[in-house]
Amino acid sequence: MLDKNGIARTIARELRDGYYVNLGIGIPTLVANFIPNGMEVQLQSENGLLGMGPFPWEGEEDPDLINAGKQTITTLPGSVFFDSAMSFGMIRAGKVDLTVLGAMEVSQKGDIANWKIPQKRVKGMGGAMDLVASADNIIVAMMHVNKAGESKILKKCTLPLTGVGCVKKVVTELAVLEITPKGFKLLERAPGVSVETIKKATLGKLIIEGEIPEMAFD
Amino acid sequence: MNKGVRAGPGWTSGLEDDVFLRVFKPMNKVFTDALSALHDLQDGTTLMLGGFGLCGIPEHCISALVQKGTRNLTCISNNAGVDDFGLGLLLQNRQIRKMIASYVGENAEFERQLLSGELEVELIPQGTLATRCLAAGYGMPAIFTPAGYGTEVAEGKETRVFGDKTYLLETAFDADYALVKAWKGDRLGNLVFRATSRNFNPLMAMAGKITVAEVEELVEPGALDPDHIHVPGIYVHRIFVGTNYEKRIEQRTVRARS
Repeated sequence: MLDKNGIARTIARELRDGYYVNLGIGIPTLVANFIPNGMEVQLQSENGLLGMGPFPWEGEEDPDLINAGKQTITTLPGSVFFDSAMSFGMIRAGKVDLTVLGAMEVSQKGDIANWKIPQKRVKGMGGAMDLVASADNIIVAMMHVNKAGESKILKKCTLPLTGVGCVKKVVTELAVLEITPKGFKLLERAPGVSVETIKKATLGKLIIEGEIPEMAFD
Repeated sequence: MNKGVRAGPGWTSGLEDDVFLRVFKPMNKVFTDALSALHDLQDGTTLMLGGFGLCGIPEHCISALVQKGTRNLTCISNNAGVDDFGLGLLLQNRQIRKMIASYVGENAEFERQLLSGELEVELIPQGTLATRCLAAGYGMPAIFTPAGYGTEVAEGKETRVFGDKTYLLETAFDADYALVKAWKGDRLGNLVFRATSRNFNPLMAMAGKITVAEVEELVEPGALDPDHIHVPGIYVHRIFVGTNYEKRIEQRTVRARS
């Protein structure tokens, strides 16, 4: 089974040299820690920064310089600032190569829900609806089951949707799943996790073809 | 000449027009402080407020609104501040009737007022929020965006298919005032922003019927490089210098020195 860093490391395998990448809040943010040495990837922060650097050294925080999670960050040589309309302009125009975000639920049709639990928790969609409506390459990073032990990988989402038919891949503590027209195709198992365990934790249609390999890291 | 000049500081109502023009430069948009810049802002007004989280919010304008006690406000802002800073201060005082925002997760009082029905709330995608400001500043009545298609955000909205994708028609914002925070500005209203405190500020500055800009530094015309001005002064009606900015950090994250 993977921990949060393991999920992030698994997703980092999707990075390619020259990619512009938008990482959501939570597990997706950790993907930045696993960018392979020598690979040039630019991180887009939708509050208006391309080329996001690491957190500042203690005492060097700049209140005017934050990421979309409102965390203090730094720039890198070549970083650019822009306003929010241009930020979502580049997202809508499909300039961002990879988008990683968290979710409360994902359906086998690639629908995603991550912004609202009616009558309970209303935090808002932030930039998530814009990202999922426009990005071609969307990977969801999340836990396979919720705290109550219920599957988050569903036939149909029960919570208000963030976007429809947009998710391409889901990476959880148990598995890597690809969304296909027929359902969730099981691509890889997390180390030490059996196909049976993944089946039990998945409510959506799971497609298992042949031997399912354990995840491999370089 | 413009909406801000005649009500500016130092103006006394006895002056004839020609005297007014001799005494005051028509292009002087400078006010002494937030209260004078917002002197005519009435109850029931629709406001835009720049900022992302607490970064780049018009701190002094918000304080002035708290002081004035203006009520029944409709606020268009990406976020709603935190409980004791930013728009949270207006929420605490029940000065906001309706809030249009994209993410309000950092404010417990907001969530309480929303779930109890005391506060009217319209949550919209962040890019839609930004682009509806942009449209207003560019003089376009509406935009098409794919954001929110197939979700409850799309309910009741006109849609149109371009290529193989469905888009929602979203209208430009119509706000009485835009309250923004810039880094530097001059008396003509030209504005420059710093780092990610730019965010929604230039867009809202361009979208307001009356735009009030608070700046950290007011410089002489000519001091700002014309190539580096983010918002041309034609969009800005009033400007004042804010002092002692708190610039509260919401999530202080650092690398520990080893």
